[in-house]
Amino acid sequence: MLRKHIRGAAGAICLLTLPLGVAAAPSAGDPEQGKAAAAVCASCHQVDGRGQNNPNGESWPRLAGLDAGYIARQLQAYKDGTRQNPSMQAFAQMLDDQQIADVSAWFASLPATAGQSAAAQGHSEELLKRGEQLATEGDWSKYIVPCSSCHGPDNLGAGTVFPAIAGQHFGYIRDQLLAWQQGARKNDPQRLMATIAERMSSDDINAVAAWLSSQPATAEQ
Amino acid sequence: MTIFNSWMPRLRTGLLVALGSLLAAPLAQAQTELSEESLAVLASMAPGAPAPTADSFVHIPPTMEDLEASSLHPELKRVIRRGYDIFTNTQQFRDEYVFNDMNCSSCHLGAGRLPFSGPIWPAAVTLPGYRPKNDHVNNLEERIAGCFTYSMNGKPPAYGSDDMIALAAYHQWLASGVPMYPTGKLYGRGFPRLDEPAEKPDYDRGKEIYAAQCSICHGDEGAGLSVRGEVVFPPVWGDNSYNWGAGISRVYTLASFIKHNMPLGQPNSLTDQQAWDLAQFIDSQERPQDPRYTGDVKETLELYRDTFHKHTMYGQEVNGRVLGDHDNVGRKDFLKPDVLRDRTYD
Repeated sequence: MLRKHIRGAAGAICLLTLPLGVAAAPSAGDPEQGKAAAAVCASCHQVDGRGQNNPNGESWPRLAGLDAGYIARQLQAYKDGTRQNPSMQAFAQMLDDQQIADVSAWFASLPATAGQSAAAQGHSEELLKRGEQLATEGDWSKYIVPCSSCHGPDNLGAGTVFPAIAGQHFGYIRDQLLAWQQGARKNDPQRLMATIAERMSSDDINAVAAWLSSQPATAEQ
Repeated sequence: MTIFNSWMPRLRTGLLVALGSLLAAPLAQAQTELSEESLAVLASMAPGAPAPTADSFVHIPPTMEDLEASSLHPELKRVIRRGYDIFTNTQQFRDEYVFNDMNCSSCHLGAGRLPFSGPIWPAAVTLPGYRPKNDHVNNLEERIAGCFTYSMNGKPPAYGSDDMIALAAYHQWLASGVPMYPTGKLYGRGFPRLDEPAEKPDYDRGKEIYAAQCSICHGDEGAGLSVRGEVVFPPVWGDNSYNWGAGISRVYTLASFIKHNMPLGQPNSLTDQQAWDLAQFIDSQERPQDPRYTGDVKETLELYRDTFHKHTMYGQEVNGRVLGDHDNVGRKDFLKPDVLRDRTYD
């Protein structure tokens, strides 16, 4: 009861004080509402949110099971142009803040789908070994800190800022690291990701994308 | 696809005893003794850090890949790997040796290899040595025990135990090739003291910088972040952080740690003034009691003022409260591990 009242009051304050479109913390989303609004997402991200690995084109990230706050911030970033992608910008423009919260809650509520095995993807042992090293221990001689130092145990995400990257698609991880490296993606807080991406060779990027993409997407798997 | 062509060049020695102080050699000449490759590795290990000077003793410790490639006995390799594993995942001994949310590598970044991040190889070649903090000669195991007691708010592995020997072996192996008691200034040793700040370190400025630069990981209340029971970002104050006897509770030590290591991945990105202000703010927060506590904060302060607490905020009044005036020892149920004792060598 009390909680409901507080939420109501907080919502009212948000409406009064925050300009639309820059709500830093979206109000809690409703997954069921989000499910309806997410119909349009399915053509790329699939009905179950598994996305698709397209290593020779544009990969569509898995959204299932990602943190709702993280997804919402990405949608807001597409909407206000701080993250660039032609398709996503168009779709994000169609959503208001509540719909963004709802859609994010919907995808967050879906069970994380497993990625392809390393064997199925055809990555070499050598590549995977280097990728595992970068993801779990880093390469401090190049000041590449381990992915897990921010992305959390088993790289399954930490809080609402650092998303799960284990079990994410190879093509997507690779392309995002390249985007940070080249300055095309800039919506990481305090340039925390860009600084690291800039120190990685293209071999490093392929290696870490290969290894992460073949790891379990949930702690239980 | 070849991936490992750019693999770390084998820098087994990477060692320079610059004779600058003896020969009055100019810096450039002294540095020619370090290969271009070594200088490049050094620069990428410590982006933005000051370069070695003529009187620097530079050592680039071996990597775990170097260990595998070495001709050491397989059993020794196994024990060194064990030491590395304890060092980088000390939380496996949570509530046994470690009673807070720290790993050794939380403060000694890069598994203890990095200059300006308390590299651990110097301990292996300068100990046994006299330590003002406890006013007697300490060996490597006793020095490591100090870290467990203060920085980890814990209880060290027993001297001579498998875990302690494995940790010591890792330290000593990282010092491979360095002579005992080397002369010259060990490059990047400890957390080199920053120049005095232009303005007195300021709590309120530090608080502001903390919110902008640190809280995204360490949290608004300094509590860090754990996920599924595993520490991701260590707490920087409070019950699960280092205690009032930890070296990094000295404002100048924390200032240097921050300047040279934080935010993670962005060493030397803050100004000296920002680092001092942050250290002032963070080290003015409460944390578990100093294991040397006598039961009275003023008395404890007097006992250890000259050798330690003149650099901390312990016993000082901040925001109307005297820091360290409490019996809170954090998660452990003892104040000081029994193994710590005075030595007279008589």
